Amino acid sequence: MSAEPKAEPRAVPRARRAARRPVTPYLRVVGAIAWKDLRAEIRSRELINSMVLFTLMTVLIFSLALELDKEARQTTVAGVLWVTVIFAGILGLGRSLAAEKDRGSLDALLLAPIDRSALFFGKMLGNLLFVLVVALVLVALLTVLFNVSLFEPRLLVVLGLGTLGFSTVGTLLSSMSVHARAREAMLPILLMPVVLPVLISAVRASTAILEQMPRADWLPWIQLLAVADVMFLVGAYVLFDYVVEE
Amino acid sequence: MAAQDTPTPTASPHAQSASAPVIEVRGLVKTFGLYPVLRGLDLEVAHGEFVTLLGPNGSGKTTLLRILSGLARPTAGVVRVGGWELPAEATFVRARLGVVSHLPLLYDTLTAEENLLFFARLYNLPKETRRERVAAMLERVGLHHRAHDVVQTFSRGMQQRLAIARAILHDPAVLLLDEPYTGLDQDAAALLDRLLREVAVSGRTVLMTTHDLQRGHALADRVAILSRGKIAHSARTDTLAAADLPALYADVTGAATTR
Repeated sequence: MSAEPKAEPRAVPRARRAARRPVTPYLRVVGAIAWKDLRAEIRSRELINSMVLFTLMTVLIFSLALELDKEARQTTVAGVLWVTVIFAGILGLGRSLAAEKDRGSLDALLLAPIDRSALFFGKMLGNLLFVLVVALVLVALLTVLFNVSLFEPRLLVVLGLGTLGFSTVGTLLSSMSVHARAREAMLPILLMPVVLPVLISAVRASTAILEQMPRADWLPWIQLLAVADVMFLVGAYVLFDYVVEE
Repeated sequence: MAAQDTPTPTASPHAQSASAPVIEVRGLVKTFGLYPVLRGLDLEVAHGEFVTLLGPNGSGKTTLLRILSGLARPTAGVVRVGGWELPAEATFVRARLGVVSHLPLLYDTLTAEENLLFFARLYNLPKETRRERVAAMLERVGLHHRAHDVVQTFSRGMQQRLAIARAILHDPAVLLLDEPYTGLDQDAAALLDRLLREVAVSGRTVLMTTHDLQRGHALADRVAILSRGKIAHSARTDTLAAADLPALYADVTGAATTR
């Protein structure tokens, strides 16, 4: 083996750099990964079941606790909404990447000729869909049990933007914590401080909308929420490469 | 070597000169914290060659394969696969690389067909022929009758066969096999042997790690023994009798028992 002469034309790789990168189209990858997660979830219902059950329990407990106090229910509904979305979301986010890691399929994804950020957006899209399903179930439950109509277009926009920001940060951080030993405990600890800008603006906007406050009270929070979402999306796009590298 | 063919910019390893090594590793160092796992490893695998990499647990076989597949970064040294340098040009390598590891790298809750279709999409196989290709691969690994069953109902041997179908779905030029026999009974291992020989290996450059000395010898053109972070010995299988391998292995690695 060592008898082989060591001739290395350095020009070759440089010339190859000009060659087209054999990368699968971005959106196809994002779609394929989200489709795969959805398909697997529809079959096993592992995440959705635990998330929806958690949601149901939380709403029931709050509803029983605030049963006689109509005013308190009005003022706390936004808080109940977001506490439940966040905690049910953490349940799902933690498992989504942990399952990939444990079965080694994360390696299979990393071995494919795809942009790493496309892998991120695929996983994020799947997580977002699950959290959105839970959020919609929650809105229906709260409307019935709290007797407060949450089917208000502005509130649904806030819910969409909030879950988008939460899923983005959550997917990024869960791919970081997936290598950690105590990952189940690690994710909420990492997530809470980072997701705070999304959380604060989402809760404030929801409260203002539900209490029929003037436009000036909720619009700035929605704008802040949108800016936070964009920042997190760009941050995740840039950082994901480094997060999944060994 | 001066008159060696120069690969064209878009050349795949298939098109490379037969004399140029497809896998080329020089002075590879990989440390985890302060602990060095690979200490200046040199290895070349020629086009179409099957090399079996032997070595005790913890000698760095899996680490080497992870570096070659672009899943881990080398601490120092030069690593080239098909002429492309890792990790800088990993994307070029990935499209031409198939990996089978001791984990199946499949999704339990998807069916065999869904798994392969998913990877066919990730590897950008043409949409028109994707289903045919998946059906053909399932047929070749003998799983066509279980195409619509979820993977978690499969035995370990069946999962490993499906893993091989996944690894060669995109017809890679280079195949890395990381202890593919782990957890298989004799029948499943024999079936895997046949499958590797008939379907997976032909025409490809293969690097396989294993603890099964006899199998490793029978399949390979060359065996290399990894010990203390370096290739301590390398011999062509046509010059090394299978019966002599255990003694040689024990001698090189300093292992107390190998039989």
